[in-house]
Amino acid sequence: MSETRETLLSADALNLTDTLLERRAGRDHRIDALFRMMVAAAAAMVLLLLLGAVLVMWQGGLAAFGAQGWDFISKDFWDPANEVFHGLAPIFGTLVTAAIAVLIAAPLSLGVAVFLTELAPSWLRRPLAIAIELLAGIPSIIYGMWGLFVLVPLLGEHVYPWLGENASRLPLIGSWFAGVPIGIGLLTAGLVLAIMILPFIASVMREVFLTVPAPLKESAYALGSTTWEVVWDIVLPYTRSAVVGGILLGLGRALGETMAVTFVIGNANRLGALLEPGTSISATIANEFAEAFADSHRSALLGLGFLLFVVSFVVLGLARVLRARLNRQGGQR
Amino acid sequence: MIVKAGIHSLLLALASLLASGVQAASVSGAGASFVYPAMTKWSADYQKATANRVNYQSIGSGGGIAQVKAGTVDFGSSDAPLPPDELAKFQLAQFPSVIGGVVPVVNLAGIESGKLKLTGRLLAAIYLGHVANWNDPAISEINPGLSLPNQPIRVIYRSDGSGTTFNFVNYLSKVSPEWKQSVGEGTTVRWPGGFGGKGNEGVAAYVKQVAGSIGYVELSYATSNQLTAVAMQNAAGVFVQPTDASFQSAASSANWKDAKDFYLIITNAPAADAWPIAATNFILMPLAPKKSEGAKEALNFFRWVYKDGDAAASKLGYVPLPDALVAQIEAYWASRLKH
Repeated sequence: MSETRETLLSADALNLTDTLLERRAGRDHRIDALFRMMVAAAAAMVLLLLLGAVLVMWQGGLAAFGAQGWDFISKDFWDPANEVFHGLAPIFGTLVTAAIAVLIAAPLSLGVAVFLTELAPSWLRRPLAIAIELLAGIPSIIYGMWGLFVLVPLLGEHVYPWLGENASRLPLIGSWFAGVPIGIGLLTAGLVLAIMILPFIASVMREVFLTVPAPLKESAYALGSTTWEVVWDIVLPYTRSAVVGGILLGLGRALGETMAVTFVIGNANRLGALLEPGTSISATIANEFAEAFADSHRSALLGLGFLLFVVSFVVLGLARVLRARLNRQGGQR
Repeated sequence: MIVKAGIHSLLLALASLLASGVQAASVSGAGASFVYPAMTKWSADYQKATANRVNYQSIGSGGGIAQVKAGTVDFGSSDAPLPPDELAKFQLAQFPSVIGGVVPVVNLAGIESGKLKLTGRLLAAIYLGHVANWNDPAISEINPGLSLPNQPIRVIYRSDGSGTTFNFVNYLSKVSPEWKQSVGEGTTVRWPGGFGGKGNEGVAAYVKQVAGSIGYVELSYATSNQLTAVAMQNAAGVFVQPTDASFQSAASSANWKDAKDFYLIITNAPAADAWPIAATNFILMPLAPKKSEGAKEALNFFRWVYKDGDAAASKLGYVPLPDALVAQIEAYWASRLKH
């Protein structure tokens, strides 16, 4: 008896809660829609900002593209006093310093990552990994000051004179090492950049090496492979695209780095050899923008900025695509 | 306990900040970084003396000119003067604020500051790359007592656009026709060779690092960094040292009387004791300001600067304007800036 009563009661209560629930669901729906709109707007803002930045630089650079034509990127003659802006030297400097940085940092990072994932005793792995991340957190101006006050005198007194003497006799690339070896120049900028991007590349490599399934490596070891063979034939092929992605990530950072480069590159807006002063796109903009009186000068600097933006964007986009490929690959196996 | 006290004082500071913002008049200015240290000191002293605030943003001369043209600030500041026709077009008044200047400095072992002598033409030849070794006969000829090493000259310049560079290359253009023709003048130019340091501190650092180098910095940097200054031959043919007196002489001997709107660059000044690469910073103000209150306050501030700001400026390595010039500026205000 009491039981049926209870069921009746609860059925009543259920009816009541049904309408309540419906109302509640309606309200939830509205709030949810509002919430969705808000977060979508936040996401859209990022895209708008990106688009806005590109458009502003494109529009600002238009006058320079129009006035200088292809000479803007194909000739070396940057003369703000006479409003001639042929920017091959900064473009060349940006590409060369970034290339040097990657050439040095990539193999070093590979070594660091292999040691951390395959060879280091387990008590050392965490502290070392943290140290690498700390290296990535050092502000770039610190690298610049260290470069100027420590690296420059060292290289200028001990390394570059020797390099200028001996490397300049090499066939083909000998002329790259001509010039006045005082320690300031493209090569020094490349070296400082290499140290700066090393932690980024190394930590990506370390991460992706950890995704290699242990059975693959263990099988190889069981078949008698050396550590080198496991790294070269198992780990690297498995993670190839992500490793390239990591290197491109480092390249992207090297292309845009300003402060550290400005300290040690010599800021000379003309083409030169590796031991001679040069400039990069970002260094030129940082140097000249604040006091660029002429509209044409400002436009030329914005135009250079646009070029840098496009190059960095393509490099970083490629890096993402290559890293994503590893995840897909990992899913399939 | 300490944290609590800290928060308390922070709140107090905030409250006083808000309160002072409401009470006193405030002036806004923007422009050349060259005067920024002086402006900061002046505005702090001025606030102590009058409770009025002056906000100066160091955004570069180009930015200062753009802001004052747009009317977003009460005054702008530029290291290069604007020509009178441009001032007329944008309805602006212009007058000097303080004197500074450029000093060539070298890094040569065994040579003391002020001992090495150079002429303007020689300086241009060095920066053009024609004179490339310290033992060049052209240098030893005017430095008979010095033993100059057989060492290549490393040329250092300012890589960032600056009033310092503007005045330096303006001087080189005045004394060397070849410089004027092949390089020209501007806040940044196409340097024939050498290394660029960013800012006075960058040039000073490069000169200290590189043996056999020559660079140029503002007066205050030459003294505060203990760099080896060069004695320069001036327009009268006399070798002078970079001192307050020689800078002031350059400013007083310059022909301000005939300079409409003070449109005058005082490099290569005529007096026998004038430093040849002296420079003035300029203030720009709208003739018909949007806020006459701010413009009036700005003039009060500069009146105070000319009267009471000299000691602070000298301490920071600037040279105060000579009295005759100040009198001329105040007459100019009375005739042009009637708010």
